[in-house]
Amino acid sequence: MATEPMIRIEADRDPEFAAWFTGLVGEEKLRECIHCGVCSGSCPLASHMDLGPRKLMYLAREGWADDVLGSNTIWLCTSCYACTVACPQQIPVTDVMYALKRKAIEAGKAPKRHPVAVMAKQFSRMVHRRGRMSEAYLIAGLALRSGVHRYVGMLPMGVNAVRTGRISLKLDRIRRRKELTALLDRVEREREEVAAS
Amino acid sequence: MSGYQYYPGCSLKGTGKPYEESLLAVAEALDIRLDELPDWNCCGATAYMAVDELQATTLATRNLAIAAADGRDLIAPCNACWLVLSKTAGHLADDPGLCSVVCGALQATCTIPNGDGPAPLSYDASVPIRHPLDVLVNDVGVETVAAAVTEPLEGLTVAPYYGCQIVRPLAPFDDQYDPVTMDRLLEAAGCDVLGDYPFKTRCCGASQMMTMPDVGVDLVAMLLEDAIARGADVIAVACPLCQFNLEAYQSKAFKRLGKKGRIPILYFTQLLGLAMGLSHRALGLQRSFVDVKPVLAGRSSDA
Repeated sequence: MATEPMIRIEADRDPEFAAWFTGLVGEEKLRECIHCGVCSGSCPLASHMDLGPRKLMYLAREGWADDVLGSNTIWLCTSCYACTVACPQQIPVTDVMYALKRKAIEAGKAPKRHPVAVMAKQFSRMVHRRGRMSEAYLIAGLALRSGVHRYVGMLPMGVNAVRTGRISLKLDRIRRRKELTALLDRVEREREEVAAS
Repeated sequence: MSGYQYYPGCSLKGTGKPYEESLLAVAEALDIRLDELPDWNCCGATAYMAVDELQATTLATRNLAIAAADGRDLIAPCNACWLVLSKTAGHLADDPGLCSVVCGALQATCTIPNGDGPAPLSYDASVPIRHPLDVLVNDVGVETVAAAVTEPLEGLTVAPYYGCQIVRPLAPFDDQYDPVTMDRLLEAAGCDVLGDYPFKTRCCGASQMMTMPDVGVDLVAMLLEDAIARGADVIAVACPLCQFNLEAYQSKAFKRLGKKGRIPILYFTQLLGLAMGLSHRALGLQRSFVDVKPVLAGRSSDA
């Protein structure tokens, strides 16, 4: 019978990930974490998380990349900043969560068809192309890419929104779309140049 | 040119339409000029930041640069837009390297909308980013708002709900833990304000309501249940996402609680407008999912 090891093995740590994570807010800042757990205690969604914010921060700084990037914690964060303002050591926990989301997407560690990751990608693609977000299309795209069955229950709400004129079926965009594309391409090029040098 | 620039953001053109309608109507009644920022783009919200930080910052900066060409204070009524624009201004000030990359790219690729001929867009930190609660309390003044009230909302008990992002992590115009700007405006409108509503700044679930509704609905249920238990007739909000979450998921939330219930979720600007005698239609009240007639019965001409 196969067994799962109950202990963490030093050799499984990913020092590169630890270094990246520590660099986010600075080594000293992260070492100042006293593990008081106020971040987890103040989090409105902690009860749904597999790792609370405190545990997540600890595992991340020690280099347990797979535990951290594979946890549901980073996808449950709503950016309410309760942890950030409560932290006695002024660690910007919410900003760290954003960075972990980006890392998980970049490293391909975001759970497949996870609605939060799908939504973030869908949203950014739409805004990148058109400069504005159109709610009806965001939700439709989200349903198509993360599972239509999840959104059937939202139909009456959609009907209500149409009835009250609160959802537009027009795909909105800015007038200077070409400028926006050129702008985003240009910062992208500068980033690549910096990375190459 | 007096008045303010106005950044609606995507939601105020869609599900948050009643916020835009009531804000503009109240501003007009108070003789405050609001000019929509020309050719504004999405602020990036929380979603873009989860994918790409540099691009998210660049998007928000384009709006700030358009605003800088005009120079007047910029009003952002959506909590998320307000925070993204405010945080971006902070990042650019703290990180000169980032600022030079983004501002250089802006100047090289973008032009000032509504400019006289194509002039390059350049960013400077001169434009303050304001929330309507801040402007109404600190520029216009609670007394001026009170003086414009013709039909005070006497007997209407309101739970003031501020949400997260106008008090965290920044709180430049109100108390971080017990904000009062909305309380004061609603009192000026004659409402009975539940100043001790303990969930004033508790999370509404934000975009999780759309992505993981089973998780978010617990948060909404708690906010609704407590407001009703304290005797609220209405919950007042200052953010389009808070409004939508608290209103649109009510039946689900009450089912979760095993209770029956309905409570209108109105923008504070809708309540101010009602007290100023503006029509339901001008304030977008007909767009509510929860019928507002029972709590507003007998008030104003077209109730």
